[in-house]
Amino acid sequence: MYNLLQQIASGIAMGGIYACLGLALVMIYQSTHHINFAQGEMAMFSTFVAFLLLQWGLPYWAAALATLAFGFVAGFLIERLVLRPLGDVPELSVIVVFIGLFIGINSLAGWVFGHQLQPFPSPFPSKLFGTTLVSGHEMGTIAVVLVVVTTLYGFLRFTKVGLAMRASAENPVSSRLAGIPVSLMLSLGWGLSALIGAIGGLMVAPVVFLEPNMMGGVLIYAFAAALLGGIDNPWGAVAGGLIVGVVENLAGTYVVGTELKLTLALVLIVGVLLIRPSGIFGRKLVARV
Amino acid sequence: MAALLAANNVEAFYGPTRVLKGISFEVAEGGITTILGANGAGKTSTLRAISGLVRTRGEIRFAGHRIDGLATEKIAALGIAHVPDGRGTLVNMSVEENLRVGAYLRRSKAEVEASMERMFGYFPRLRERRQQQAGTLSGGEQQMLAISRALMQRPKLLLLDEPSFGLAPLIIREIFDIMRVINQQEGVSILLVEQNVARALDLADHAWLLETGSTVMSGTAQALRDDEQIRRSYLGF
Repeated sequence: MYNLLQQIASGIAMGGIYACLGLALVMIYQSTHHINFAQGEMAMFSTFVAFLLLQWGLPYWAAALATLAFGFVAGFLIERLVLRPLGDVPELSVIVVFIGLFIGINSLAGWVFGHQLQPFPSPFPSKLFGTTLVSGHEMGTIAVVLVVVTTLYGFLRFTKVGLAMRASAENPVSSRLAGIPVSLMLSLGWGLSALIGAIGGLMVAPVVFLEPNMMGGVLIYAFAAALLGGIDNPWGAVAGGLIVGVVENLAGTYVVGTELKLTLALVLIVGVLLIRPSGIFGRKLVARV
Repeated sequence: MAALLAANNVEAFYGPTRVLKGISFEVAEGGITTILGANGAGKTSTLRAISGLVRTRGEIRFAGHRIDGLATEKIAALGIAHVPDGRGTLVNMSVEENLRVGAYLRRSKAEVEASMERMFGYFPRLRERRQQQAGTLSGGEQQMLAISRALMQRPKLLLLDEPSFGLAPLIIREIFDIMRVINQQEGVSILLVEQNVARALDLADHAWLLETGSTVMSGTAQALRDDEQIRRSYLGF
């Protein structure tokens, strides 16, 4: 029984990380209607930057803040320098560029930082509230994710810039006619998304060790999370992340074993697309013409 | 009356195709001007040229500024609001959010709230549907929302692209009646593009006639209504 609870708890914590990456995917989807396959690699690269800063002797929180700033700027610039020059191209071309980014960033990280596994510190004490059921890092991860999703939701829902970002994604022409600088909104969306991804990277690295391929599996689960919850809904991504985390952990421990865990995520993705493409919390789009 | 907007020998292009072949026209300050013409005459392209949504050549002046070649969002900021063809509704957002998007350039929160109240005064049905997803509104309601969204910018000039398109006669009348009120109460000049020539000439003070990308005639709405050729070709009696 205790073991089961422990598996659920660590599933929730892992789910929080999926949720974080899922949120980053939602963020880009909200502002561009694209799904960024390079999201995980961008997060991994940011985490390496944090690693470097920590090695230089910066205190954890300063390094983390600098990393988030780096993530934001990098995301902003990738949109400006890589995607913007593409202009208005078919969906498929964008996907190819995302795959190119994925491979490019992955190789760059390997070349700059090397391929050996690096231990990465957690900012949280190993034990919180004296329980062995949930580790301090797991509890901290869940708290961080809740803060991120609340902030993101509030930002998109209640601020003028958030509204402008959603409008830009939904109808760029109407938005420009209303005076919204749509191209700036897209870059901002990318910046914010990369920032959220970097938070996910900082949370996952203490669990899986830091190396260029650390996000491979995580991103697949994050896709499953975002799709399951509804790709246009931040809360959906979090709920989806937690569900995927728990299911993955329980199935891995009791049903299919660790080797087939990733397959489960793919089954989830295909299942959601077949049965309920808008996800659990996603809005079904209704339009009258 | 002084011209608020003046186009001089304006050409417009979709890719290599020239759709406006050097048109010139003016929009008087405070009035309602209409551009008439058959399908494909270049009416929508004319509005898109003003808003910088198509590549143009020639000179367009608005309130003392040259606006040809400016980015669409800069043109909007100078005080031109554009209700595009197809209405441009943000279908996944609520009615209220649509209006807030229209108010993006406004700074004062209190004034935005006041404007929104005024829009609900013009179109009470929008108030009832305030929290409803805009994509679920009827065509007429979406047209009302599109006009309100544009007015939330508090523009000097309102460009209206075929507001009667696809609507029932009763709704068209309601919308055209309110346009006159809006023209006076909001102090906004209107440039209306319409296929429904009879309605447009009823509403407007001044009209320009467009044929295959060129302006061929202009005059007061009264003069065009009385013109033999216009009557036969466009009014059908």
